[in-house]
Amino acid sequence: MRHGLRPAPLLWGVAVAVPLGFLAVFFAWPVAALVVRGFVPDGALDLTGFAEVLSRPRTWRLVGLTLTQAVLGTAFSVLLGLPLAYLLYRRSFPGRSLARGLVTVPFVLPAVVVGVAFRALFAPGGTLGFLGLEESLAGIVVALVFFNVSVVVRTVGGLWERLDPRAEEAAASLGAAPARVFRTVTLPSLAPAITSAASVVFLFCATAFGVVLVLGGVRYGTIETEIWTRTTQFLDLRSASVLSILQLVVISAALAVSARARRRREAALHLVSARRTARPLSWRSPADVAASLAGVAIVAGLIVLPLAGLVARSFREPDGSWGPGNYVALGTTGERNALVVTVWEATATSLRIALAATLISLVVGGLVALVVSRRPRSAGTRRAIGTLDGLFMLPLGVSAVTVGFGFLITMDQPVLGLDLRTSGLLVPVAQAVVAVPLVVRTVLPVLRAIDPRLREVAAVLGSGPGRVLRTVDLPIALRSLGLATGFAFAVSLGEFGATSFLARPDGATLPVVIYRLIGRPGAENYGMALAASVVLAALTATVMMVAELLRDDRAGGEF
Amino acid sequence: MLRLSGAHGGTIPTAAAALSVALLLAGCSGGSGSGDDSSAAGDTVTLVTHDSWALDEKLIDQFEQESGTTVEVSAAGDAGTLVNQLVLTKDAPLGDAVFGIDNTFASRALEAGVVEEYTPADLPEGAEQLGGALTPVDQGDVCVNADEAWFEESGLEVPTTLEDLADPQYKDLLVVSNPATSSPGLAFLLATIGAFGEDGFEDYWTSLVDNGVKVADSWEDAYYVDFSGAGEGGERPLALSYATSPAFTVTEDGSASTTSALLETCFRQVEYAGVLAGSDNPEGAKALVDFLLTNDVQAALPESMYMYPADPAVELPADWQQFAPQAEAPFQVDPADVSEHRDEWIERWTETVVG
Repeated sequence: MRHGLRPAPLLWGVAVAVPLGFLAVFFAWPVAALVVRGFVPDGALDLTGFAEVLSRPRTWRLVGLTLTQAVLGTAFSVLLGLPLAYLLYRRSFPGRSLARGLVTVPFVLPAVVVGVAFRALFAPGGTLGFLGLEESLAGIVVALVFFNVSVVVRTVGGLWERLDPRAEEAAASLGAAPARVFRTVTLPSLAPAITSAASVVFLFCATAFGVVLVLGGVRYGTIETEIWTRTTQFLDLRSASVLSILQLVVISAALAVSARARRRREAALHLVSARRTARPLSWRSPADVAASLAGVAIVAGLIVLPLAGLVARSFREPDGSWGPGNYVALGTTGERNALVVTVWEATATSLRIALAATLISLVVGGLVALVVSRRPRSAGTRRAIGTLDGLFMLPLGVSAVTVGFGFLITMDQPVLGLDLRTSGLLVPVAQAVVAVPLVVRTVLPVLRAIDPRLREVAAVLGSGPGRVLRTVDLPIALRSLGLATGFAFAVSLGEFGATSFLARPDGATLPVVIYRLIGRPGAENYGMALAASVVLAALTATVMMVAELLRDDRAGGEF
Repeated sequence: MLRLSGAHGGTIPTAAAALSVALLLAGCSGGSGSGDDSSAAGDTVTLVTHDSWALDEKLIDQFEQESGTTVEVSAAGDAGTLVNQLVLTKDAPLGDAVFGIDNTFASRALEAGVVEEYTPADLPEGAEQLGGALTPVDQGDVCVNADEAWFEESGLEVPTTLEDLADPQYKDLLVVSNPATSSPGLAFLLATIGAFGEDGFEDYWTSLVDNGVKVADSWEDAYYVDFSGAGEGGERPLALSYATSPAFTVTEDGSASTTSALLETCFRQVEYAGVLAGSDNPEGAKALVDFLLTNDVQAALPESMYMYPADPAVELPADWQQFAPQAEAPFQVDPADVSEHRDEWIERWTETVVG
C-alpha cells in the first residue's frame, strides 16, 4: 500500500488498544459498577428509582440550572477568551510569556479557596457587594468564567498562532475590512479549536461542584452537587445512579451537538511556524487597540482582581500587620499541627505526582489524538473514530464521586500485593483520566489542520508510514504537545477530588493541605491556606511559562 | 471543580504499565505490600480515618515500636463520606481499624455491620456512657460562637440560649451552615431537635428564618466570609462553630479571647474507633484501638485534633481550660432516632428554611 494513509495496521491497533484499555479499566468499570450497585440493591433489579427521581420537580429544576449555568459559562468564556487568544498568541509584546502563564493560574486554584474569595468579594460589605451577586446565578457564572477562560485562550491560541496569515492578507488586499476578514477568513479557520475548547469548558461548567456549592448558597445547585450530596451524605445510591445516568445523557447530547458542529467546520489549513505569525503589537491597528483594551480589562477585572485580593491577604499577619509570616509558616505543620506534613513536603509530593500524571496523560492522550486525527475513506471507520473521540471526553462529564465510590468497590482485590485503594498509586492515574481529554482537545485541532496532501506527497516520494508520521505529523504535534504538557501538569497540580479520595495523609498534595488548612479555625491556618494557594498559583504560572519556552521555535524553524 | 476518576489495575498490560510508571515516579514506599494473606498480628495494621486525622508521628512511632506493628493510615473525606465508604466496601474492608465515625453516623455503620463489637478492657471511667459497640475516643461540642467586641461596641448583651437567637433584637446577626452539606450544620440541626423536639424544630427554624438567619454551604464559608469574629471582614457577629474555636482567637498577650461559645446552644459530637469486620489483622486493630485510649494519645488530642479526650481524667492544655470550656448540658438526640430520621429531618429542614 503506497497510500500513506494506511500505515501498519499493527501500529494503529496498539494506538487504539492502549487508550481504550486505560479508559475501560480506570473509568468505565468503576462507574458502571457503582451505577449497577444503585439499581441492584439487594440482588434484584430495581428500576423504580427512575420514576421517583424523574418525577421530582427538583430534578428538572436542577437539570435546567445545570444547563443554564454551563451554557452561560461557556458562552462568556469563549467571548472573553478570543481577544485574549489573539493578543497572547498572535501579537508579541514584552511580558507576553508572563501573561500567558498568568492566564492559566485560575484553572488550578482550589475551588473552596476561590469560592470563599469570590463570596467575600460579593458579600454585603465586600469590595463588589454593591453588585448584588451574592447567591446569584451571575455570581456563579463569573466564577466559572474565571476558572475556564484559560482553556479557551490556550486551545484557540495554539491553533491561531500557526494559521498562515497570507489568507487574511489576501482578503485584506482585496479590500475587505478587518471585521469582514475576521468573520469570513479567520473565524472559520479557528472554528474547530473554538468548538473544541467550548465543549471542554461546557463539561467543566456542567460538572462544576465546589464553586457552585459555595457561591450558589442553598438555592442553586446542579445535577453534580445533587449527586455529591445524595452519595456522600445520604448514601442514596439509587437516586445517585439515576442522576448519574441523567447527567451522562445530558452531557452526551451536548457533546453530540458540538461534535457535529466541529465536523462541519473542520478543514485542512495551511499551518506555519508560530514565529512567522506573531507581529509586534501595533497602536496603529484598530484591531490591536481594541484587543488590547479588551484584554487588559478582562485580565485586570476577571483574573488580577480576585487573585490580587488573595495575594494581598496572604501577606497579612494574624495581628493585622503586613509581613511574610504566612509564607514562613509553610515550613511548619500549621497552628496546632493542623497538618501531618509541611506545605513544602506536600508541594514536593504534588510535583512528583504531577510528573507521573503528565507522562501518562501525554501517552494516552497523544495516541487518541493521533488516531482521531485520521480521516479514513470508509464511513464505518470514520464513525468508529468519532465515537472514540467522544468516549475520551466522558471523564469530564461524569460525577467525581460516582467514579470515586465506584473505584472503591471495583478494586477490592490486591494487585501485585498492593491494595490500590489505599496505596496512593492511583492518584496520578486518576488525575491522568481527567487530563487526557484536555491533551486530546489541545493537540487534535492542530493535527487535524495538517493538510493531508503533505502526507500524500511524502508517501508518493517513497516515505513509509512510520516516516510520514515522523517527518510530517510529529514536528507539528510536538509543538502543541508542549501546550498539552503544561495543561496536563496544571490539571494534576490543581486536582483535588480524586486526590482527596485516594491520598494518604503523609502523601497529601498541595490542594489537599490547602483544603485542610482552610477547614480549621485560626487566623494562622487561614493565612497559611492563602499563602499555600499563592504558591500553587506561582508554581502553575512557572510551569506554564516553561512549557511555552520549551515549545518555542528554535532558530532555523522546523518547516 | 471537583473531578475524580480512578479504578483498578488488573491483568491488562496498560494498567500495569501505567502503574509501574506511577510507581517509579510517585516514589511510593509501598510499605503496605505484605500482609494481605497472612493474618498474623504484629505485621501491618491499616487505620481508616477521615481527613481531619492528625496525630503526632512520635506517638505512632511509639506504638509501632511497642507493638512491632507498622501503622498505615488511609484517610478519605469527611466523617459522613468515611462511613459511607466503609459501608460500600464492607465485603473487602479498606483496612483493619477505623477512627472517626461520629455519633451522627454511628448507627449507619453499626446497622451495616462494618465494625466488630469490641470494648477495650481499660475503657476509661466516664467514657462508657459515650460508648457501645464502638469505642469513644474523643468528643467536641458544636455551638454558636459570638464576636465579643462587636457586642460590646453595639451595647447588646451577648445572647445565651437558642431562644435568644430568634429574638428580634438579634435580627440578621446569625450565620449557620447547611445540614445537608456540612457536619457542624447537621449537628446544630440535631441540637434544635434535641431542644424543641421532633415536632417543634420546624417552628423554631421558621422563627430563625424570620429573624434573618443566613445559611452558608460549609463551616469555612460561614466562619471566614460571614463571621465578624474571624477577622476577615465578615458582618455577622454570631456564627455556628465549635466550643473550641475561641482558643484560636486568643489575643496577642494571651489574656483573653475575642470570641466565645454560647454553651447553651451546643450539640455534642463523639468520635469513635472500632475494629473493622473482615479485617486481616483484628489483633493489631484491637491493639490500635486500645492505644487511642492511652493517656499519651488522649492528652495529645486537643493539640492535634482539636477534640476533647473521651477520658475525663486527662488534663487539658491551659488555654483550653481558660478559653474552650465544654458545655455542661449539651443537647442530645438518641443515635437510633438520628439513624432512622436523619434524611427526613434534613429534608424537612430544607423545606422550612430554603423553601
